[in-house]
Parts: sequence; structure tokens; C-alpha cells
Amino acid sequence: MHPLIKELIARGPVVTDGAWGTELQARGLASGDFPDAWNLTHPERVEEVARAYVAAGSQVILTNTFGANRPRLGAHALADRVAEINRAGVEISRRAAGGRAKVFASIGPSGKLLMTGEISESELQSAFAEQAIALAQGGADALVVETMADLTEARIAVNAARATGLPVVACMVFDSGKNKDRTMMGTTPEQAAEALTAAGAGVIGANCGQGIAGFAVICQRLRAATDQPIWIKPNAGLPKIIDGRAQYTTTLGEFVAHVPELIKLGASFVGGCCGTNPSFVQAVVRCLRV
Amino acid sequence: MENLKALFEAVVNGDAAASRSITEQALKSGTDPMRLVNEFMVPAMDEVGRRFQENEYFVPELLISARAMKASLELIRPLLTARGDEPLGRVAIGTVKGDLHDIGKNLVAAMLEGGGFEVIDLGVNVTPEQFIATVNEKKAHIIAMSALLTTTMPAMKTTVDALKQAGMRNKVKVLIGGAPITQKYADEIGADGFSETAVGAVGVAKKVLSKAV
Repeated sequence: MHPLIKELIARGPVVTDGAWGTELQARGLASGDFPDAWNLTHPERVEEVARAYVAAGSQVILTNTFGANRPRLGAHALADRVAEINRAGVEISRRAAGGRAKVFASIGPSGKLLMTGEISESELQSAFAEQAIALAQGGADALVVETMADLTEARIAVNAARATGLPVVACMVFDSGKNKDRTMMGTTPEQAAEALTAAGAGVIGANCGQGIAGFAVICQRLRAATDQPIWIKPNAGLPKIIDGRAQYTTTLGEFVAHVPELIKLGASFVGGCCGTNPSFVQAVVRCLRV
Repeated sequence: MENLKALFEAVVNGDAAASRSITEQALKSGTDPMRLVNEFMVPAMDEVGRRFQENEYFVPELLISARAMKASLELIRPLLTARGDEPLGRVAIGTVKGDLHDIGKNLVAAMLEGGGFEVIDLGVNVTPEQFIATVNEKKAHIIAMSALLTTTMPAMKTTVDALKQAGMRNKVKVLIGGAPITQKYADEIGADGFSETAVGAVGVAKKVLSKAV
């Protein structure tokens, strides 16, 4: 196990952070705007979000770099700024963390399907390598390959991330199938855990997807399928449009009520995804410290 | 017909090579292309849709079945155009402004084409103006809009409003779909139809056009 991961989990479950997109929207990011671009245009507001999570008690915060890979940036005419956006994202989180929290940099999906030939494995390899190197140069403590649905893409991203020498967290979204226990592309927790552990991920997990209630089973199955620590980052339910605004249906209380069971079932890293915010993190911290 | 049943199997199993070669042989031996579509390919698509609903098939299976269907359609389409066959309808499909997600939209486009529609795929990040221009220029009967994000859903309402503003609302049917979309939302914005699945979209498209006088 990487010393950093060992050190973090030695003292018990580790609290990660919550959603960034909705926090940026609360600070003026318009619907349909590309959040990662704010690392260049509104770094101070991105830093506010990071600081809010550190203040709430996150021991690990992520970075505003979820979509900052070349294919996704290309769709926003920012392909030539991959390195800049990623480095800036890490620097912003590090400033906010001020040594009080670790910075695990986010690597999200390319948005393109390998299966249909929209993108090739070698294009994915270069895109993720480019991003991982920039994140490492920015000073990230670790890399998080997150919200993946395609196992091949996830493996490629983990390989690229591992090449930096940093510890790598790999997590997928399990929201499909009769029991909502497969990714959109049909991958099971067992398949994910096995393949991503073999690819060198030091932490295996699940994020986003179906709301926190379904995560207990996923956590249990991941725990049984790998020796690596487990990372759980559920969303606060699925959003509904109420009065023209997206509102997440899981309350803070409902969310936190699930946390003790997740710890019992083997989660070492706990946080929130879409629909959560710094007060969710505060509540999780309180819940764990009791 | 033993051989043609194999076309059904080829589409359901996602075998594009078999789909193409069976279609080629069938057309050569004089089989009516519409018979291939209506008796074998549409039922195959319905079966694929059923398996997806039953969670036996996931997105990869849908994609390879759609690919097998397209392989067959590529041979059939020129024949239908040559003999002046009209498609069931023309659909302008796209992911709305601000949204770049297109897997679902692409699946719906493939299914609509297999179902007998002419599909004009406008891609992603499509503005209301682009939808309207396509209706005018290509005489589309249906606008089909997709959105994955709750933050981009409102663009669907904007497009419907733009149609009203342009005095065109009753000239075209509006269908919507995507992960956060519900029938309730469709009713709220005055859309003509909504489908939760790509295969279901074909039935809805046929239904809304049959209501047109």
C-alpha cells in the first residue's frame, strides 16, 4: 500500500469532499458552462469551493479538473490549454488546503465511446497521460480516476495515472441493470475491482449514480473483491426539477444516516458526489467522530 | 424463410457482417427491401429493446445491434430512395444547447432510422435556432431533443417557446428524452411525446405523426 494511503486510513475512515459543480453554480457558473475553464477565468471562486470543503472538515479534497482531458476540452475550444487548466486546478486546491488536507486530483471520463470508434485506445492513452502528468506537476498528492462507466477506458486512465508514480484511486458509477449494480456498459463491481486492482489502483471505489441507498451493497461487493481500501462517494439521490431548479431529493439527514453502515461494510474513504455540499461533509465528520 | 430469420438473429446478436451479407443476398434474390425492414429488422429492434428493458442487454449490446442494423440499412436505403419511397417521417434530432452528451441521442437516431424514419442528426449543443432552421430547410416533421443534465433541460422549453414565437408550433411535433426527463416535464413544457428508452422512441414517433391530419 502506498505510504500516503496507509497514513490516511491508519486513523480511521477518511472524509473526502462533496460536489463541486453545484457549488460553482451557486457562485455564478451558468448552466451549460464548462466548470474546468473557471480554473483560468475565475480561480478565486474555485478556491472558495475548495476552502469551504477544507473548513467543513474534508481530509481529502479533489480538484476542478473532472473534464480537463483533451477530448472534452476540444469540445470547448480549450484543447491547447490542457496542461494549464490541470496545473491551475491542483494549485487552487493546494492553496485552499494549506497543508490541512490532501489534494487528490480528479480525472473524469473522455465522454467518447471506445466501442463505436469515436475514440481509440491510443488517443485515450495520450489524453489521460497528458492530464495525469499536468496534475502531478501541479503538485497533486494522488489521482482519482472517477465516474467511469467503461472498464477499458478506466484501465487506460489508471495506467496513465500510475505512470506518474502517484497513488491512484479508481472508481466507477454503478447505476444500471435490474439491481443497479452494473455500470452503464454492464461492468459489475467484481469485474471493476479485479481489473482496476490489477491495473495498479491503490484504492477502489464507486461514486455518483443512483443515490446513497444503493451503495451499501456496492461497497460490500467491492470490499469482497479486492484487498485495496474502498472509496465511496454517493450522490444525494437523483435531481428533480422543482420550480425550474434542479433539486436533489436526499436530505443531509438521510444521507448521513447511511454512513455508519458504509463504514461497517468496509468503506475507508467517504464523501459525497452530486447534490452534496460542505454541510453534508460537516455532518459526515460529526457522525464519524462520535 | 430460414435465411431471413438469420437477419433477425444477426441484428439481435449484433453481427454486422452477417446482417450485411444476408441483406445483400436477399436483395439480390429480389426480396422487397421493406419486407426485410418490417418483418425482420423492426421486430429485431423490438427484441433488443425488450432485452434492454429486462436488463439483459446493456449499452454495449444496444450499440452493436444498432451497428448491425445500420449495416443492413446502408444497403436498403438507396433502393428505397431510388424507387421514391417516402420515409415514415423526417426527424431532426440533437442534444440541446449547452449539453455535449450524445450516447442516448445516437441510439435513438439509430433506432428511428431502423424504424423507417429519415433522421437528420444535428449533433450536440444544438440551439433552438438550429432546430427551427432544420425544420424549415429539410421539412422535418419531428424535432427530437435530448439532454443528460438537469441544467441543460430548460433548453427544451426554450426551443418549444421559440417554435411558438416563430408561429411554427403546430407545424412540427416535439419529442424529448434523456436521463432527467420525465413525462411530467414533457407535459409541463408542452412536448408532444417522451420516451424513456431508445426503442420506445420509435413507437412514440409513429404515434405523434399518426395523430397529424
